[in-house]
Amino acid sequence: MTMATQDDRHWLDDPAHVKLLWRGFLVVLALTVAVELVVQLHPHFEVESIFGFAAWFGFGACAAMIAVAKGLALVLKRPDTYYGRPRDD
Amino acid sequence: MTDAVIHPALVLIVGALLLPLLRGTARSAYIVALPLVALALVWQVPDGPAWQLAWLDFTLTPLQGDKLSRLFATIFALMAAGGGLFALSQKSRVEMPAAFVYAGSAMGVALAGDLVTVFVFWELMAVGSTLVLWSQGSPAAYRAARRYLMIHLAGGVVLFAGITGHIVGTGSVAFTRMAPDSVAHWLILAGFLVNAGAVPLSAWLPDAYPEASWSGTVFLSAFTTKTAVYVLIRGFPGTELLIWIGVAMIFYGIVYALLENDMRRILAYSIVNQVGFMVVGIGIGTEMALNGAAAHAFTHIIYKGLLLMSAGSVLLMTNRRKCSELGGLFHTMPLTTICGTIGALAISSFPLTSGFISKSMISQAAADGHMQTVWLLLAAASAGVFLHAGIKFPWFVFFQKDSGLRPPEPPASMRWAMVFFAFLCVAMGVWAEPLYRLLPYPVQYEPYTAAHVVTQLQLLLFSGLAFFVMLPYLKRTPTITLDVDWVWRRLLPALVGMVAAAGGIVRRGFDATADAALRGTRAAVERSHGENSRLARTWPTSVMALSVLILLLGYLLLYYL
Repeated sequence: MTMATQDDRHWLDDPAHVKLLWRGFLVVLALTVAVELVVQLHPHFEVESIFGFAAWFGFGACAAMIAVAKGLALVLKRPDTYYGRPRDD
Repeated sequence: MTDAVIHPALVLIVGALLLPLLRGTARSAYIVALPLVALALVWQVPDGPAWQLAWLDFTLTPLQGDKLSRLFATIFALMAAGGGLFALSQKSRVEMPAAFVYAGSAMGVALAGDLVTVFVFWELMAVGSTLVLWSQGSPAAYRAARRYLMIHLAGGVVLFAGITGHIVGTGSVAFTRMAPDSVAHWLILAGFLVNAGAVPLSAWLPDAYPEASWSGTVFLSAFTTKTAVYVLIRGFPGTELLIWIGVAMIFYGIVYALLENDMRRILAYSIVNQVGFMVVGIGIGTEMALNGAAAHAFTHIIYKGLLLMSAGSVLLMTNRRKCSELGGLFHTMPLTTICGTIGALAISSFPLTSGFISKSMISQAAADGHMQTVWLLLAAASAGVFLHAGIKFPWFVFFQKDSGLRPPEPPASMRWAMVFFAFLCVAMGVWAEPLYRLLPYPVQYEPYTAAHVVTQLQLLLFSGLAFFVMLPYLKRTPTITLDVDWVWRRLLPALVGMVAAAGGIVRRGFDATADAALRGTRAAVERSHGENSRLARTWPTSVMALSVLILLLGYLLLYYL
């Protein structure tokens, strides 16, 4: 297998382009929420009719899951050689 | 018995045994063609019993068709074909025949009309999958295969006990709808759930699957858990407990995958997560929910196969499996990157991919049943899927920090298999109608409403934002997270060691006591019976005469009394 060289830089390797992608992403995010003003949603539950529900609920749920995972890691994380000794299997 | 119908599962199983005789192009053609022949035969199976035979006092139905059976048999055959194509360059001569026996057994379960046949194919599946795992060849894979087999044989025993109880209780072997209302049915449910990777025993899955070869994991991901989904749909629809087991599986999968470093173990955790969605649907049990569970099993097999193919390609070309050692592979593996990303979008239920048209039916069923808590949990879980599999997998493997690795694309057969499955992921997402027609109940559901697309995009894209905002917390470390398998990998061996040590102490104590007692007895015997002891001495004749005289006198006395 070959390794990286100086001249195989990809469009994505340029930090300026990554910044551009970030901006594009933020615009798309804003659009998906803004479009709620135009599109008629059909909320089934009360909570769904809050503006931008799916957006903040998705973000919040992910933040909560990451927090739970980090909390669990404090107790259950081990080096990946933990089960390395043959007699443990 | 209708002789006109050939059993598709037997074609694949018997056909697999002929595989070692073939070489070269003939072998390659045979590997792809055999599952397709089985697939064609699936569609010859009529509704109702097709094969029946008498066994003891029962009538077995080894082959029986309906829409649900054919749906699962179809996807199993399709997966065997796609997986076979992907694995053409696999060096192991054991893996492919084992994988076909495994796939054929899964089809056998899907087409079985009675519980005895289900059990026979169920166990054959355990054998086939263990061989797939074992054929990887490393000591780690051998040990993982042993642990895997242990769990599945234990699950098989539970299932066997349940089926026996069911037959004794009802007098019927037919595989029909049951409810957890007797010990036998609880045992059957438990046996099914072990194979589904349900909590609390989910650990067998992420423990075993990532130890298989680069192609073996692709096969393993498809059959065992989805066969369990099939038998749950047929046996226990509407069992409310399944909703909560499913929810637990969903969040278990997400949280553990978030902490995982091994790229294929991330995907293994997400199998548990995705099967959790199906189990929730089965627990809800309405026609919409069961359609959703069945459709999701179908689409899941394809996109999960695709994800593991892309991971398998990376493993084969780089010989690395840890996210912390990968990254930047998009430079030289663009096709693998694109296919893996399509699989990642499909698992996240992105609009225009297959996950979007299947998973949403389960959420819709929860909404229709006014189950707000379940619906909110499913929505949070959908966000979590994008987080742990949809972005995390492609990001850490193909993008993130450049690892400097510049591996070439995998061989052509692997590329074609990925393109084929990626095509299916998009095709089903764009044109859902053909899949909907295969589902067990009539479908009255339109996935592409403006409201659904907008809310789904909001949910997923803001999850994406959360991923990148919180990226520092998701940095990969060379660690594992302890799971229930710690009980049988560490705790039980340690307990056995302790018992053995304690037993040694007790035994040594016993030995010492017994030794002392034996010595004492021996000394006493020596004293009385040894050389020149009282009882071993030669006695004079006069003593003998005196003794006889005393005896006779005693006798005389007793006679007169």
